[in-house]
Amino acid sequence: MNMTNLSPEFLNRRSFIELDARARAQCLFDQGTSTELVGPFDRIESPWLPRQGIAPQSDDGCIIFKGKIGGSPAVAIAFEGAFQGGSVGEVSGAKMTAALDLAARDSEAGKPTSAVLLLETGGVRLQEANLGLAAVAEIVSSALALRRHAPVITIVAGTVGCFGGMSLAAGVSSYTIMTREGRLGLNGAEVIEQESGVDEFDASDRALIWAIHGGEQRVGMGLADSLVEDDADEIAATVRGYVRAGVPAKHRSEQVEFYRKRIAAIDTSSQIDPATLRQKWSNSKGRVR
Amino acid sequence: MSEQVGLRGRVWFKILAGNDTPDNDDPKSVLSRTADFGSEPALFLCVVPDEDSRFPCVRDGQVGLEEAYALATHIRKVIGEDADEPKPQKRPIIAIVDVKSQAYGRREETAGIFFAAATAADAYASARMAGHPVISLVAGHAFSGGFLTHGYQANRILAFDDAGITIHAMHKEAAARITLRSVAELDKLGHEIAPMSYDVRDYARLGLLFRLLHAQDPQNPTADEVAEVRAAIAAAIVDARSGTADLSNRWKSDVARRTRKGTLAVRAALEAQWMNA
Repeated sequence: MNMTNLSPEFLNRRSFIELDARARAQCLFDQGTSTELVGPFDRIESPWLPRQGIAPQSDDGCIIFKGKIGGSPAVAIAFEGAFQGGSVGEVSGAKMTAALDLAARDSEAGKPTSAVLLLETGGVRLQEANLGLAAVAEIVSSALALRRHAPVITIVAGTVGCFGGMSLAAGVSSYTIMTREGRLGLNGAEVIEQESGVDEFDASDRALIWAIHGGEQRVGMGLADSLVEDDADEIAATVRGYVRAGVPAKHRSEQVEFYRKRIAAIDTSSQIDPATLRQKWSNSKGRVR
Repeated sequence: MSEQVGLRGRVWFKILAGNDTPDNDDPKSVLSRTADFGSEPALFLCVVPDEDSRFPCVRDGQVGLEEAYALATHIRKVIGEDADEPKPQKRPIIAIVDVKSQAYGRREETAGIFFAAATAADAYASARMAGHPVISLVAGHAFSGGFLTHGYQANRILAFDDAGITIHAMHKEAAARITLRSVAELDKLGHEIAPMSYDVRDYARLGLLFRLLHAQDPQNPTADEVAEVRAAIAAAIVDARSGTADLSNRWKSDVARRTRKGTLAVRAALEAQWMNA
């Protein structure tokens, strides 16, 4: 996708990252077409947090909007990074799965309904551990079922990033949009430092973190599709472009042999330099997308 | 953590698939074989430790880049080979699960382990949606991203009713540290709050399992115990073939109706509001 020009307009730019999850989801839709579903007034909260002395939130940190994007039916599902780190609990996870399932049902009935996942999440909510992990498996399954009929578009924009099991949801998406500020990976630097030691990953090395997980790197190495500015209008326009493009001929996560060969070619005798890897992968021929 | 990770997986792979020699194209950590199961062939898959792996952070039985792509390759091959078969003839895929976790390594993050994991989950789910019965046998540990990559997309999940089984989002020490609790507090909490528990019997209360299996020592099963496991897998295959190709059995089961009230409430509310939006 093209980048908008950076000229004086950036002063008038409306930051996407500074919006909360509700406003982020809403700004993607055509004016006046969107409605929030199972919102805070429905008060379906986590049944598990209060029993552990943690205040639940009446939307469980997952916000759903349904409406039209570029004239086509769409649903946006946004995780709120400010509530429990955007973590996936039983209710927030089931909300996302249910929205994907209903979009798939409409799509199968002849009304293709795209889904936009706004992933601002550290992954499974450890206070709901096994139901969070199960929810992630269900989300991935439902995203895969929907993407046969309508595109599943992931946005990783904000400072929380997209980590843990939810990075697999990004991985199976039809298209992934990232900002430079966004990060995408299975394990964050802190987790690796804790599990494998500071020699493996120094979590205080900010430059290294962005060199590995950052949006510029992920798009540059071909594991995400669009690098965008932190601009709500540009992001909405990019989403409209992907809704219009529809289901890709082949999804990235189906191209196993292509990516397996890339891994086979990596020298693992020392750590992998992210910039060199990006250059190699961005130049490789045969990339379908 | 037990130092036994992977041993039980290998034992059960050998019992069910008959031979545990890795495929030439695969890392030594991936066991894959099509073998007869009852009256039909089935694809068996397992991830085991490889202490010589060229990726240091998978040597204790973690699922890394090569493991994920190898699993995805084998599953996609079977989907392709059986593409023209009618659904009842599509090969069952049996994932034998005994994995410590995903790999926690810098090499893995740099080369996009999140995406490798996604290709394996995609392959398992695509097989299920194409009509292959996908069955997981949890023989030991099933942790976090390791389980999401290998086994959690199954139509039906079986696990031994045994203290050596742990299915969880994060190992105890790390979960205690992150939730600011002691390991003892975490254990106590687990018995009150089922999704937090590290005990497979509490896990069974979530409604995600098809059946609990019995073996005195799952690493050295008797002939009768092997027969029971085979019968349970066969029953899971029949049940998967007669059910839907999605994962809805996990929240519609009788057990889930008691524990996953939040899931069911949110699904009902969204469905009711969806039509009018």
